[in-house]
Amino acid sequence: MNRAIMVNSEDTVATLLNHAEAGDSVHILTAQGKETGTVKIGEPISMGHKVALLPMKEGDKVIKYGAVIGQATRPIRVGDHVHVHNMKSLRLAIPLNVPTNTK
Amino acid sequence: MKITGYKRPDGSVGFRNHIAILASVGCANDVALRIGRMYPSVLVLTHRQGCAQLGDDKDQTARTLVGLGKNPNIAGLLIIGMGCESITAHYLADEISKTGKIVEVLVVLDEGGLTAALPRGTKLIDLMVREASQMERVPCDPEHLTLGIKCGLSDTTSGVASNPATGIAADMLVESGGTVIFGETPEVIGAEHILAKRATSRGVGEKLYRLVNQCEERVRASGMDIRGANPAPGNIAGGITTIEEKSLGAIKKGGGTRLQGVLGYGDIPKKRGLFFMDGPGRTPEALTGLTATGAQVIIFSTGGGSPAGTPISPVIKVTGNPQTAQRLSGHIDVDVSSILRGEESLQEAGESIFQELLTVASGKATKAEAFGYGTISIWNIGSHM
Repeated sequence: MNRAIMVNSEDTVATLLNHAEAGDSVHILTAQGKETGTVKIGEPISMGHKVALLPMKEGDKVIKYGAVIGQATRPIRVGDHVHVHNMKSLRLAIPLNVPTNTK
Repeated sequence: MKITGYKRPDGSVGFRNHIAILASVGCANDVALRIGRMYPSVLVLTHRQGCAQLGDDKDQTARTLVGLGKNPNIAGLLIIGMGCESITAHYLADEISKTGKIVEVLVVLDEGGLTAALPRGTKLIDLMVREASQMERVPCDPEHLTLGIKCGLSDTTSGVASNPATGIAADMLVESGGTVIFGETPEVIGAEHILAKRATSRGVGEKLYRLVNQCEERVRASGMDIRGANPAPGNIAGGITTIEEKSLGAIKKGGGTRLQGVLGYGDIPKKRGLFFMDGPGRTPEALTGLTATGAQVIIFSTGGGSPAGTPISPVIKVTGNPQTAQRLSGHIDVDVSSILRGEESLQEAGESIFQELLTVASGKATKAEAFGYGTISIWNIGSHM
């Protein structure tokens, strides 16, 4: 069974737990081990690489670990391999004003 | 849940009961080693600092040596100084004895040299070893436990298995009232804003940014650009696309609770909860810094595997890489590669790491600990004269 893990519930990508081939169905698991669905992949994706769970437009943020890890540089479809060819780092300048959750 | 430990005079709890010889300066190492050879059960803590250092570097070494001596895993210690060094044995003894533990001092030049120092040194150690042998473990709560967390030889499995599972164990300890300290400043670059958002105050977030800037400055001063070199080709081949993704995977090992504070290298936190400690990623220095902050147990999340341990606190090795778990089975304590096979969820793996943490705290030897693997090494941030 092909598996990918969605580390946080807000993630827009999942990370493959094994190599999978084009046309394979990949089961998406949560951190608690529950299956939330399957995604059919259109190209081979290696273990440790990301698969898109949602369609993205150029400029859309890619979310993993519940945080922004970069943005799409090309349109991305569900099941696409997400990596250096279609996303890039935001390379944030360190903001001097720190938003905090002080109550 | 109850764990067992040794109650110390200042209310802290040790989860090991070491007698240690601590050299206040590199030149005292030889005396420390000679006495140590006569008492194999005693930890011999040698290093190359303690003299001719300047400013922040000197302060950091002094703070780290004090922290190492204060670690509650040490029941008593003999501090050996030369008599001519900048960070004197007497200074260290004054600070460390505030904990109420047994502290003795031996100044080699005052005694008359190496051979002359041996009789008194061995007599002091002999008394301490026999006194420590009569101390007993008592049940106590996890609130007395400070867990240090390190990652090393990271690969793809670190980001999806061993780091998040370790982070779940970290959250469980914080929820039980304990303390978690994780570090390695180069590893948070690209995710520092994420950590800062979880800070309990603006000041904590700003301190984190300052430390990250300082780290980047040091690397730049050596002629390299840390952001440009990250992720490395190996990371990219393994699936990591951006520095944000790499660092977010790294900070996952600290769990998701609020960041209570940012510590300098070897600083002891003044309250409970999750803390970040400034320091390098290099293993001996990172582990030494964590034990100086008071961590009585350390979890080391590794992809490629590492035998490393550190003298004062047991190091629990966790991997999510099935090849590493098999090839280096003599060094791995917890194998969470079952996550990759879907046999275990991240949550379940985190719980098994937490159980191992409590068992190790209560006395079970880790593989690195059984070997006595690892030495003290203090992070050096300046040149000496």
